Amino acid sequence: MRKASFLEKFSAVPHIVWILLFVVAPLIFVAYFAFTDTYGKFTFDNITMLSSYAHIFLLSVCFALIATAICILIGYPLAFFISQLKPKTQKVLVVLLMLPMWISLLIRTYSLMAILDNGGLLNSMLEQIGLAKVKIVGTSGAVILGMVYDFLPYMVLPIYTTLSKLDKRYFEAAADLGCSGTKTLFKVAFPLSMPGVVSGITMVFVPSISTFYISQKLGGGSFDLIGDTIERHFQNKSTYNIGAAVSLVMMILILISVAVMNRFTDENEGEGGIIV
Amino acid sequence: MKTLSRIYIPLIFLLLYAPILVVIIFSFNSAGSLNHFDSFSLHWYKELFSDAKALTALKNSLYLAVVSSLIATLIGTFAAFGISRMKNRHLKTAVMSVTNVPMMNPDIVTGVSMMLLFVAAMSVPFIPIKFGRATMLIAHTTFSLPYVILSILPRFKQMDRSICDAALDLGCTPTSTFFRIELPMVLPGIISGLMLGFTLSLDDFVISHFVSSPDFQTLPLYIYNQTAHEVKYSMYALCSLMVFAILILLFLVNFAGSVGKKKPKTAGGIK
Repeated sequence: MRKASFLEKFSAVPHIVWILLFVVAPLIFVAYFAFTDTYGKFTFDNITMLSSYAHIFLLSVCFALIATAICILIGYPLAFFISQLKPKTQKVLVVLLMLPMWISLLIRTYSLMAILDNGGLLNSMLEQIGLAKVKIVGTSGAVILGMVYDFLPYMVLPIYTTLSKLDKRYFEAAADLGCSGTKTLFKVAFPLSMPGVVSGITMVFVPSISTFYISQKLGGGSFDLIGDTIERHFQNKSTYNIGAAVSLVMMILILISVAVMNRFTDENEGEGGIIV
Repeated sequence: MKTLSRIYIPLIFLLLYAPILVVIIFSFNSAGSLNHFDSFSLHWYKELFSDAKALTALKNSLYLAVVSSLIATLIGTFAAFGISRMKNRHLKTAVMSVTNVPMMNPDIVTGVSMMLLFVAAMSVPFIPIKFGRATMLIAHTTFSLPYVILSILPRFKQMDRSICDAALDLGCTPTSTFFRIELPMVLPGIISGLMLGFTLSLDDFVISHFVSSPDFQTLPLYIYNQTAHEVKYSMYALCSLMVFAILILLFLVNFAGSVGKKKPKTAGGIK
């Protein structure tokens, strides 16, 4: 075995230095700010104060869970149907599915508002046919709808990826053995596609629980989610410490839930999960 | 089942695209309203282009996307090479886990953590840093790095090592083997990493929101500030333009991808 060359030994060094400086150090500062007061003195106050934010955490978790559940309900059949089509059609549909992911979240949320807003398209259409206006922006439904709309492709794509890799003979075998189409879906396809579902759940749940733009725009300012709380506390230097504590707790909660989720998949090779 | 599929797929796609289509259609509406479509006009586009702030934001966005994706690709290419050749398993796992942190963490946490780092750095007297171009460049490079590495790393792993060994046996130095054999072989990965970094940077709002300053705005930040209180139809025009730009970019990426390699194999499922 030959000796490793200079390049082999040291080419990752700039990267390691970079991530130590700009990934590890920032997280240490989050922890530092979370455990100090504005004068830099050690304190647990920020963490104990979080009990008064419990309802915000609860609301955010609820919203994110509901949005994730709706995404599975809508997204799974979509992924399944797409995976049953001709390969060429599949390719086109996958590109169409990925396109919204490339469009800024800001633009997508803003365009959703163009339809749902009080003076939006939906209300002006209702008005024209003589019906009463409905107030959508500012309700909890609008916030959840925004999450579903913004993050649905992130659910469909990983599920589709695992489904399309499944051996089609499983379905044929199920059909031969007298399984109906619906039954095949629930008894064969669904269990086998769990890895995709799990990565889809993480990819919808994490951005949903940490969003602040969606709740600001579609919630009309009447909902305070974790993201909003963090964002607000980082507007003003005197509240950085509380903001850091909220971020720290949220990060830990997410890391735990992601770790628990990954337990559900036996072979977790991270494949098919990472789609931007 | 089949008829259901035939109704369901178009329906969901219609819902997915309806809002964006509405924005694009009404960006050409001469009347500043969603009530009715008056007549086709480029009025809002003219208004957009007469706004100096929008043009500066565009310039900043492009600058940031180009420079940060180049830095991330440069660091990331060498990193992917180094990581693929690491013998120490623990070190490899540790480096990979830390590398993936910005991808796993919610953007808001990445944003505030970097903001706190810069705040802390500013309190040190001899570090001349302030929120703006430099902090944005660092942040954008940092969140692009994992994606760049993830699109290059599989190519180093899939590569047939005996080709490098042959080059070394024939008297090539390790450095020139890297530049003449390995680099050309992973080039498709490098290009897709570069493109990925470019679009991620162009797209980012959340992290930029925390590490920028009012005098260094990118397009997403500009949209955010403009739409804070009221509906602005020139923003419809801007959003439409950005969607068109993404369409063109996506087309180019797919086109370049099909020319560069014979089989449409994507590295690790990354597009």
